Amino acid sequence: MVKKYKGIMIEKKKEILTSLENLGAKIYGQMDNGFFPWIEMPSRSTENIYYDPQIRQFILGDKRVRRSARNIRHVKPFTQLVWTAYFSHELTSQRKTSTLRDVYYSAQAYEMKFKDQQESNSIITDLETVLGFSREDFNIFPEERSAVFGDLTIEYTVPGYEGKTLNLTSHPDGVMIGPALTSSELVKTTADKVIAIEKGGLFTRFIEENVHKRFNAILVLTAGQAPRATRQFIKRLNSELKLPVYIFTDGDPWGMHIATVIISGSANAAHLRELTTPDAKWGGVWATDIINYKLPTDPLEEVDIKRLHELQRDPRYKDPLWQREIKTFLRIKKKCELESFSRYGLAYVVNEYLPRRLSELKG
Amino acid sequence: MAQTFEEISAADFFYRNRDIAGFTNPSRAIFAAVRELVENALDAAESLRMPPDVYIRLLFEGEAGKEAQIYRLRVEDNGIGVPPRHIPSAFAQVFFGSKYKLKQARGTFGLGGKMAILYGQITTHQPVSIVSSTGRARIYMYRLMIDIQRNRPLILDRKVLINKEGWRGTVVEFSLEGNYLRAMPKILEYFKQTALVNPYANLTFVDPKGRLYKFTRVTEKMPDLPEETLPHPYGVDVELLQRLIQVTPYRNMFEFIKNSFHRVGETTAHKFLEFSNIRPSKNPKKLSHEEIVRLMHMLKQYEEFLPPNAGCLSPLGEELLKVGIMKELKPEFVAVCQRRPATYAGHPFITEVAIAYGGEVPKKGDFIVCRFANRIPLLYDEASDVSVRVIKSMNWRRYKVTPDMPIAIFVHICSTKIPYKTVGKEFIADRPEVKKEILNGIREVARKLRRFLTRREHVDRERKRMGIFSKYLPKIARFSTELAGEEKPPDIRKLIRSVKKFGEEV
Ligand SMILES: Nc1ncnc2c1ncn2[C@@H]1O[C@H](COP(=O)(O)OP(=O)(O)OP(=O)(O)O)[C@@H](O)[C@H]1O
Ligand SMILES: [Mg+2]
Repeated sequence: MVKKYKGIMIEKKKEILTSLENLGAKIYGQMDNGFFPWIEMPSRSTENIYYDPQIRQFILGDKRVRRSARNIRHVKPFTQLVWTAYFSHELTSQRKTSTLRDVYYSAQAYEMKFKDQQESNSIITDLETVLGFSREDFNIFPEERSAVFGDLTIEYTVPGYEGKTLNLTSHPDGVMIGPALTSSELVKTTADKVIAIEKGGLFTRFIEENVHKRFNAILVLTAGQAPRATRQFIKRLNSELKLPVYIFTDGDPWGMHIATVIISGSANAAHLRELTTPDAKWGGVWATDIINYKLPTDPLEEVDIKRLHELQRDPRYKDPLWQREIKTFLRIKKKCELESFSRYGLAYVVNEYLPRRLSELKG
Repeated sequence: MAQTFEEISAADFFYRNRDIAGFTNPSRAIFAAVRELVENALDAAESLRMPPDVYIRLLFEGEAGKEAQIYRLRVEDNGIGVPPRHIPSAFAQVFFGSKYKLKQARGTFGLGGKMAILYGQITTHQPVSIVSSTGRARIYMYRLMIDIQRNRPLILDRKVLINKEGWRGTVVEFSLEGNYLRAMPKILEYFKQTALVNPYANLTFVDPKGRLYKFTRVTEKMPDLPEETLPHPYGVDVELLQRLIQVTPYRNMFEFIKNSFHRVGETTAHKFLEFSNIRPSKNPKKLSHEEIVRLMHMLKQYEEFLPPNAGCLSPLGEELLKVGIMKELKPEFVAVCQRRPATYAGHPFITEVAIAYGGEVPKKGDFIVCRFANRIPLLYDEASDVSVRVIKSMNWRRYKVTPDMPIAIFVHICSTKIPYKTVGKEFIADRPEVKKEILNGIREVARKLRRFLTRREHVDRERKRMGIFSKYLPKIARFSTELAGEEKPPDIRKLIRSVKKFGEEV
């Protein structure tokens, strides 16, 4: 396998640093010419978020907003944005990483208080929107971590580990998907598919049952709603290694949505690309599985039903499979968890359900 | 058993009913005594247009039971003095005084000083001692008691001294029962407010613990003296009419009407007599009782009488009121308003109101209301007072005002006849005419306060605005300089200046 990611990464880092510097230069220039600095960016308000069926993800429309330091209400967030750009530049150029929480606290050292974590997060999102890069590109990562396990050899690019390789079967709990992993080169794999799993219990079971070997799979734990770094990593597995991706979640609207966000992205990240894996497939648990496998269930609650109706209208769910499953959920008014296959014994899901489903999806 | 009938004297009446005059209990009594004597002293100095110097001393003399002590009260003034032949009656005969005339004064009833002295006498059985001089060759010293049953002064002792230094004034000293500790807050408040509406007076108070309280004048300016005036036709009753007829030297109705009433001249007298069908040549002394009653009704019915003018009044004036408030409360803002003279039932009155904000005005969770009548602070029965009712009835939100703000409202009413509800002179009755003046006055100063508060809010907002820009613009400059890799930060002074200029414009 050719090491291309590193080259891409270096290019990208350069690009990112340049765009941050350009932002600084633009603002500097405005002020130096005696103007209140301002910036423009696409609006992230709901009226400006569209689903683009072509690229199969949410995108921002043409509406743009202008933030000016002339405006008393904007001057503070404007300053926070400039600081965040400055701070990201420091991180990126020194090849250090930071978490959203770190950013929130670091600001205080510059007398740049954020009201709360949410405020600092939203400024970071602003910066993403202005520059069109995601925060991970600026070396800012969220706290939540998910994991990966399987026969994939990676080569680190983070300082101190450059050139070192690691096989992702080397730790039986899986390897955490953090900045070091996401910035690595994907060197070598024998796997021919990726299986993403919503829950830690089943992830561990799959490892114990040797699913990675028996099914030639790289296992990814999304730990609930997949963090962006994980979505980006899945996307790389799919696009760089050309591995098909199958996602297994609980059989309810929330599980469906975990799969959908990996596939088509979220409205929150409509300003970003490179996070979606449009060809990934939802493997279950389907509503029809509940019937066919006579799985133990819980009744749908009010919120579940409301959510299903929302999903029914959502453009990301217009596929016949989604529509069929949503209708079935609404008809049987039942939901179930991934673990419910255990009623047929602990290995049933791996021995019976998984092979059948994978071949169904391939066919 | 047959009923027994007896007559009691005025002194006896007030001896039996001292509550009416405010001598309800030892603490009220000592407050009332101080107040009555101070008011007499202020009246005495003002009638000469002399800035008053009043010295008040309370000495502890001994215990008098659980809730009361004996104190010796001494009040000295630099006033007009009392002519020697009037001293005994002025201080030891109820309903004897020089202020029955139709002009504004603090005293009105001829009762106040005597009530205090009477109260002292019945609680300690001691005489009162008076020293007074009108500034002439002699100083007169009296020791007096009141013959309560006969309402006559008893002279125990009389001395005449040579007035070598040309001293003028009066000293009143007597013992009385009281409870100073209880009364202390009210007494001190009384002095403070008295100093406020009499900014041209020096008040010195030594309390029973030997503590000295000094209220120093900040101006020598005094309000104009009131002129004595004739009764206004709308204000007379049958009793007064009879008295006027008795004393008038005129023998025909035309001259009588023309000369006995306030603001009635030749034309008005003619028109009135025509209106009421009274022969101008008729002799007033020959009017029957029925005719006098009819005359009284006609006087009230005739609508063309000119309203009384306010020459008999001596309001404080906007300037002095402001000076007084500044002196005692040092507020951040004060607005004063003197209303045009108005009348109720033929009595002229002038309302002066003020509103003060901030400074030493305390925050009490409600407005501080300071009520004054003829320059006397009214401290008791606040809730029943017309001013308080008016203030309570107003929608203060319209003026950007909430009760938690440090706000004091001052209402001063001056009149030849203050519509007190009691002889205790503590609160003013709900007269619609008076109410209206108070309301309009307060509205006017409240509007000014609103303007001030709006302005200040604006200034605050602008200051905050400036603060925000001068906090953030340099940071934007700094971080963008670093990001752009520039050497020195951009010059943002112009930007900051433009924000400031913008702020001042608005
Ligand atoms: N300090 C004083 N200096 C000069 N005259 C005084 C003094 N104190 C009292 N007088 C005279 O004595 C009179 C009686 O005083 P007193 O206080 O009893 O009644 P008043 O002041 O006339 O009315 P009020 O009952 O309203 O106080 C006064 O009218 C005044 O002429
Ligand atoms: Mg008096």
